[in-house]
Amino acid sequence: MIDDRPYDVAVIGAGVVGSAVARLLSHHRLRVVLVDSGPDVGAGTSKANTAILHTGFDATPGTIESRLVARGYALLHAYAPQVGIAIEQTGAVLVAWNDEQLAALPRLAKKAAANGYAGTELLDRAAVRALEPNLGDGVCGGLLVPDEHLIDPWSTPIAFATEAVANGVDVRLNTAIDRVSVGIDVHDLGHGIRTRFVVNAAGLHGDELHRAFGFDGFTIRPRRGELIVFDKLARPLLTRTILPVPTSATKGVLIAPTVFGNVMLGPTADDIDDRSGTGSTSSGVARLLEQGRRIMPRLLDEEVTAVYAGLRAATEHGDYQITSEPSARYVCLGGIRSTGLTSSMALAEEAVIRLGQCGLELVPKPDEALVTVRMTNLGEAFTRPYQSSGRIVCHCERVTDVEIAAACTGPLPATDIDGLRRRTRSLAGRCQGFYCTAEIVTLAARASGKSTAHWIGASG
Amino acid sequence: MNRVSNNAIDTASTDVLVVGAGPAGLAAAVELRRLGVQRVVVAERQLEPGGIPRHSQHLGYGIRDFRRLMTGPSYARRYAKMAERSGVELRLSTTVFDAAPAANDARAVLLSTGVRERPRAARLVPGARPAGVYTTGSLQQLVMAGIAVGSWAVIVGAEHVSYSAIPTLLHGGCRPVAMVTDRPAHQTYRLLAAATAGRNGVELVVGRRVVDIAGQRRVEAVVLDDGRRIACDTVVFTGDWIPDHELARHGGLAIDCGTNGPAVDSSFRTSVAGVFAAGNLLHGAETADVCALEGRRAARSIADFLCGTDRWWPPSGPDMIVESPLLWVSPNRLSAPRAAIGSPSKATDRWRFTLRTAQDLGRRAIEVRQHGLLLWSGRPVGTASPNRSFTIASTWQRAADPDPAAPITLTVVN
Repeated sequence: MIDDRPYDVAVIGAGVVGSAVARLLSHHRLRVVLVDSGPDVGAGTSKANTAILHTGFDATPGTIESRLVARGYALLHAYAPQVGIAIEQTGAVLVAWNDEQLAALPRLAKKAAANGYAGTELLDRAAVRALEPNLGDGVCGGLLVPDEHLIDPWSTPIAFATEAVANGVDVRLNTAIDRVSVGIDVHDLGHGIRTRFVVNAAGLHGDELHRAFGFDGFTIRPRRGELIVFDKLARPLLTRTILPVPTSATKGVLIAPTVFGNVMLGPTADDIDDRSGTGSTSSGVARLLEQGRRIMPRLLDEEVTAVYAGLRAATEHGDYQITSEPSARYVCLGGIRSTGLTSSMALAEEAVIRLGQCGLELVPKPDEALVTVRMTNLGEAFTRPYQSSGRIVCHCERVTDVEIAAACTGPLPATDIDGLRRRTRSLAGRCQGFYCTAEIVTLAARASGKSTAHWIGASG
Repeated sequence: MNRVSNNAIDTASTDVLVVGAGPAGLAAAVELRRLGVQRVVVAERQLEPGGIPRHSQHLGYGIRDFRRLMTGPSYARRYAKMAERSGVELRLSTTVFDAAPAANDARAVLLSTGVRERPRAARLVPGARPAGVYTTGSLQQLVMAGIAVGSWAVIVGAEHVSYSAIPTLLHGGCRPVAMVTDRPAHQTYRLLAAATAGRNGVELVVGRRVVDIAGQRRVEAVVLDDGRRIACDTVVFTGDWIPDHELARHGGLAIDCGTNGPAVDSSFRTSVAGVFAAGNLLHGAETADVCALEGRRAARSIADFLCGTDRWWPPSGPDMIVESPLLWVSPNRLSAPRAAIGSPSKATDRWRFTLRTAQDLGRRAIEVRQHGLLLWSGRPVGTASPNRSFTIASTWQRAADPDPAAPITLTVVN
């Protein structure tokens, strides 16, 4: 039977932000749909970031971003262990390589305090070297930020969306909202989706959707960030995230461990016009290697496991673009840049408050009615499935046959090999499928009922 | 599950733990049993023994070790059967996490974990990340499993394995349109090139690199450094080998900076007492029969070590250092003359050092020096050109100084 009642809320964009909004809405007595043009949740900007849970120490004080990053940090820090999203407190150290950067450190410590973070510690050259002995020559000093965390960026949006689905949210993937009919009571988004309220979490396409609703105020200028992921054998080279000191001249790149046990070098920051320009470039890779060689020369002796690029939804403004339009029953979460992973749960709170202000009735479900989820841990610092059962089929990442089958079934299954990778780490390792592609594709086909040709990407 | 592996191996009563059931590991295990070693356990992380040859349908296996021409799968089956008959304990689907002697009680360990091809990312080939990008290894397994790989392929590389990808692609219903190598010529046997690329009209593009891969969901083209765009929906990255040295690195074994595998002496002893290494972990990549013969030789060293005639674990001897354009030599470390050398049963004079070069050497000679003095000089045997191996004699070892502070250098005479 077709339910032709309109939804109460449509969340457009199933990245980490939209998924967090859908999750929080699912805790209320509402009919909610989470819509995305892509084949999976978290498959756009959210999948390609630096995977750091930021304290927000270096945000611009007084901005919405500063407030939401601080709040989001606390929320996600508490939520991640509850559902099994790997987080690791490694801390970070900003490394000054010249006098200008050294002079900036006390100012950054003050800025951190203004952002409500008092945990920073100024370090002299010797102290930095003692903490991170593999840094290159020319270290002048540093600033320790002990509360920076690493987080699993793949499981986070999937956990949000899975919880949303478990609590009644509909998910519509491969559904591009390209024509909006704004109504007096109900908006028609096409594809049979009618809704009373809309949350714009459309990331790179947020400005287009904003204009479709008749509003203006920001334009997305995609900022491409290229990243190089090094082999796990590089992991012992560092214990903390090595951050650059932002100066007027350059933002610099970071070297960070990942929860998966790799080391990441990046990102570049190039403003581009193409909203689908997620390819890496020769010049970007060359620039990263050059900077990486200066920061940690030994890192470049290790093999590269992956090179990829993500697009951040930057705008002409220096802050998030959050607006609500009660007349249109519309809330916009625009211009959410690389901090969106950290701030996602705070953005969800913000969106729900604003929906309430726009007239949405928010009746919380009782706690006992809420379904919780448990994700399979993908982090190296915690117990992984292969350590208790199952047959390892992806040897580089030690993913078991049981995990492959599980990821291809359930309420929010992987629909392609990238989705499978984000759910299990399979094919994400150093051999990139040299040993295991055929077996994993066969297992995925068997579990999903889809053909091996589909899984190998031979058909659309 | 324990520290050593996911499927518990009782290492306390194990004489030799062999890690990896490819040609080198299985041949070593069989030889160890033949030499009377009691308990030989081979741990293999895959479902089946045999290693890489299992997926290689073409003929060309077994020439040096079985004196006959076999396909990869029948070659792999033959070794598996020999291992079974000789009383080797084969543990399949068993991943070894820690092969260091401190972690397990086996009396000796042989690492034979093999080699893999560098995938696209490790070669830093930029561009989009569409489906349809493989290595020869993944391609072989997909085709063998009957999974459709694509319709039009570009092969990156023009060494032996690159040419083996041609029949594999054709078998899988995918037409190879071009091969791209950054070298001025291909690096395989003329006959092999003619029988594969020549016969099937595969264009060889020399002196070019792939600098971009285009396509959003599926590969649409590769772009070369001269701007040429070759339409295809499949790209196969071939060769460019990197040893699977994870266990060796975790075990703290000294790694040779040329091969990227553990440094070994001519008795296949690594820098850690009781740990040996053999096969393509030491040199990427030799043919299966060469690896199997090397496994046999390593087994004899291990047997000597176990029965006490050669319990002595030498302190590291001098490293062998290759100078440009040489890339590596294997074995790459000398041991003191007391071990391995001088024991006539080992026929040390007959085996040879394996080398690789970055440039075509033609008929130029190689010189081996220590303390600035010439130990040996002579012409290589085999084609001394990139991406294939050639060898030099090992007889000069007797004259070498075992002092680890006196490296031995290998240079090409101009």
